[in-house]
Amino acid sequence: MTPVRRFFGPLSPAGLWLGGAFLLLLLLLPFWGGSYVMTVAITVFYLALIGQSWNLMLGFAGLLSIGHALFVGIGAYTAAYLFAAIGLPPVVGIVPAVGLAVLMGLLIGYLGFRFAIGGVYFALLTIAFAEFVRIVIDHVPWLGATEGFFLKVSEADRHGIDLANLRGAPEMYYYLIMALALGALVLCRFLLRSRLGYYWQAIRDDAEAAQALGVNILRYKMYAVAISSGMAGVAGVFYAFYQNSLFPEIVFNIERSIEATLGSIVGGVGTLFGPIFGTFILTPLGEIVTEAIDLLKHWDVIDPQIKLDGLKLLIWGFIVVLIVLFKPKGLWPWVCARLRLTRPGAEG
Amino acid sequence: MAALLRVDGVSKSFRGLLALNNVSFEVSEREIAALIGPNGAGKTTLFNVIAGVFRPDDGSVQLDGADITGRRPDEICHAGIGRTFQIVKPFAQMTVLENVTVAALHGAGTVAEATAAARGFLELLELDTRAAQHAANLTLPDRKRLEVARALATGPRLLLLDEVMAGLRPSETDRMVATLRRLRDDTGLTILLIEHVMRAVMALSEHITVLHHGEKISEGAPERIVRDPAVLECYLGDQDL
Amino acid sequence: MDFWTLANAVASGLLIGLVYGLSALGLSVIFGVIRIVNFAHGEIMVMGMFFALLMFRWLGLDPLLSVPLAAALMFGFGYVLQLVVVSRVSHLPEHMQFLLLAAIAIMIVSALLLVFGPDAQGVEVDYAWDSFAVGELIIDYPKMFAAIGAVIVASLLLAFFKYTATGKAIRACADNRMGAQVVGLNVSRLYALTFGIGAACLGAAGAIILLLFEVHPYLAPGYTLLAFVIVIIGGLGSLFGALVGGILIGVSEALAAVLFQPSMKTAFSFGLLILILLLRPQGLLGKAVR
Repeated sequence: MTPVRRFFGPLSPAGLWLGGAFLLLLLLLPFWGGSYVMTVAITVFYLALIGQSWNLMLGFAGLLSIGHALFVGIGAYTAAYLFAAIGLPPVVGIVPAVGLAVLMGLLIGYLGFRFAIGGVYFALLTIAFAEFVRIVIDHVPWLGATEGFFLKVSEADRHGIDLANLRGAPEMYYYLIMALALGALVLCRFLLRSRLGYYWQAIRDDAEAAQALGVNILRYKMYAVAISSGMAGVAGVFYAFYQNSLFPEIVFNIERSIEATLGSIVGGVGTLFGPIFGTFILTPLGEIVTEAIDLLKHWDVIDPQIKLDGLKLLIWGFIVVLIVLFKPKGLWPWVCARLRLTRPGAEG
Repeated sequence: MAALLRVDGVSKSFRGLLALNNVSFEVSEREIAALIGPNGAGKTTLFNVIAGVFRPDDGSVQLDGADITGRRPDEICHAGIGRTFQIVKPFAQMTVLENVTVAALHGAGTVAEATAAARGFLELLELDTRAAQHAANLTLPDRKRLEVARALATGPRLLLLDEVMAGLRPSETDRMVATLRRLRDDTGLTILLIEHVMRAVMALSEHITVLHHGEKISEGAPERIVRDPAVLECYLGDQDL
Repeated sequence: MDFWTLANAVASGLLIGLVYGLSALGLSVIFGVIRIVNFAHGEIMVMGMFFALLMFRWLGLDPLLSVPLAAALMFGFGYVLQLVVVSRVSHLPEHMQFLLLAAIAIMIVSALLLVFGPDAQGVEVDYAWDSFAVGELIIDYPKMFAAIGAVIVASLLLAFFKYTATGKAIRACADNRMGAQVVGLNVSRLYALTFGIGAACLGAAGAIILLLFEVHPYLAPGYTLLAFVIVIIGGLGSLFGALVGGILIGVSEALAAVLFQPSMKTAFSFGLLILILLLRPQGLLGKAVR
């Protein structure tokens, strides 16, 4: 088996061809899509990165986090602050940024596991920490407090490629976040097939049995939390330098945390490709709903005067409800079986 | 023969209920020993004390002279005790092969080595044809075999088997008995089993300890145990219930 | 900082805390029996607020008089929600239940946004600015009436669980679902009733709290988080604990507001929550699991 073949082991030839064609389409996206398509695609890959991080924690190691925005936010604020305050380029700043996110994850993980807080309680602990940090940053003047923290961008910054400072054309951001998201996929795949992955899945399926087989549960759960929060921290660094503005109210909002979970749940928790697949369905779906509403207004089917702020999320929430009720294992395993994208008996 | 496992004066109570009362016994190296007794006698509790799930209120557990009382289950596994669960605990979303690989990783350097070792244990327990199935889809006898394969794959010196014959057909029981005896003969494994299937107990064990209401009421060779009035009484009394 | 400033803060926190406690009761009842964390908690409460707002606008009805109506309406909503939707996910893992309720919550906020818009709206009753003094302790009428309303509804609920046959059956269900089924209780109907009762608490709490605060759709997630904090502090599933937790949070928020900054008050709640989770994860009055 070639390394590539081994990596995509579970994919059938049809799946490989389809995946390859899709990847090519994405690689060439800046040449066929406009700036709008690219913005959406950047969001997709960004959410896919966070989604994979979240999936690693729940799907691989069985820990439900509903405060994932915390790790993203810590990464974002750290890198942005170091850049603005002492001119530390993000290529270096990513180290302390990810480090802090990991430390935060380890703190929550240690407290949670040390005191045997499981299930819903662990999830609520993650929410509590996210809210706590949000409110603290709300009151820290040198992080901009509620007024927000801004990074300077000049017109010249919007051209060319400066990866060290994360300044450049939209295409640079696109290829960067694509590389990060695919890198996360490779990492997850590697981890899943390693000792860590085996132990995580064992702990997820039955912690007591795993422990009887010699697995140090606390240690391996901590590894999962550390890697997951670190990945989220990386996403945060990207976010800071792509958006150039950080508001605690937005960055740490519980909706960000929920957003992080959706792609994976829709795609399939615990599967390798699920989080990416789910985000590729959900984000464009939201955009399509918005477009459809605009079109209906344009054709005067809906009175253009009516404000339809909530309609998009309403429809979108409805679709999520339908998926939970009728495809609770996620869409990816189902699509795989339908289109024979994977070999029989194997999962993504 | 030297004692591999020594349980010394172990007591354990739950909310005032005495589940184990001053229980002492030994298992010699390379011996196949059985722990029997009516339901609720405290057999599984004793297993859980040995395997580190419960810390005893009193008494100690020693493996090959080293005190392992109150250590964590994973540490006790590392010390050389492998165990199965009476209520089977497969990793449901993993394949049968992956289940055993988790256990084999304990002594292996790489995943590939562990997988290779795991295949060997699947063959030994006649599960090789099920390797790629998800553990959730196994029948109960196969799940019992999976428990044994996993416990063996950790490379234990002492194997604790909790009712692994329950639900097996007589011919399957005989094969399991043969497998366990061959393992002992080939690898020098020591086995302590809890069992209700007397066919297996009599065929396998060289030494039997009888528990009743958390206390040891008898021990000795199988021929002696079946004639011990105390043992007969506790079982007959149990049937009267 | 003199004594009366603090005393006033404690009194006001205590009164608001009782309303918080009523809202948290709604969460606790549902979790205690159905073992589902209602992530659409604040959303249902905000629905109650908007309902009371409409009653005030259309009929000039005092929000306190809307309480029975809001409770009845939300009871129906909760009953149907459990029977038709939530019951279908009881066998799924926790995160799927969470997702389902989070999606329902998002739908409710969006629908409210469509109907009412994003702006804050409130009611002004005749006694909105009236108060009375005990020594230097100044007590606002709206806060006092709100607290009285909350205590009445909470007492009715506790009495229901203690004295009625249905209430006892629900408690039996909470203790042992299988056992309840064996003795012939209709568990799925009791679950629907329970969700309805929990939602009714929220409808009542929503109508009551409209006396004190203005309403807008984005208020909902904040109330959900607040109820989580209260319920964990009091002990998930403990009804009395929810009330005690509500008072504790109300008072600590009010004190944090005078001692530090008003905007810091929620940080205190979450700090308290983290402490409780670590030191006593079953909550102050909860029973230890295992």
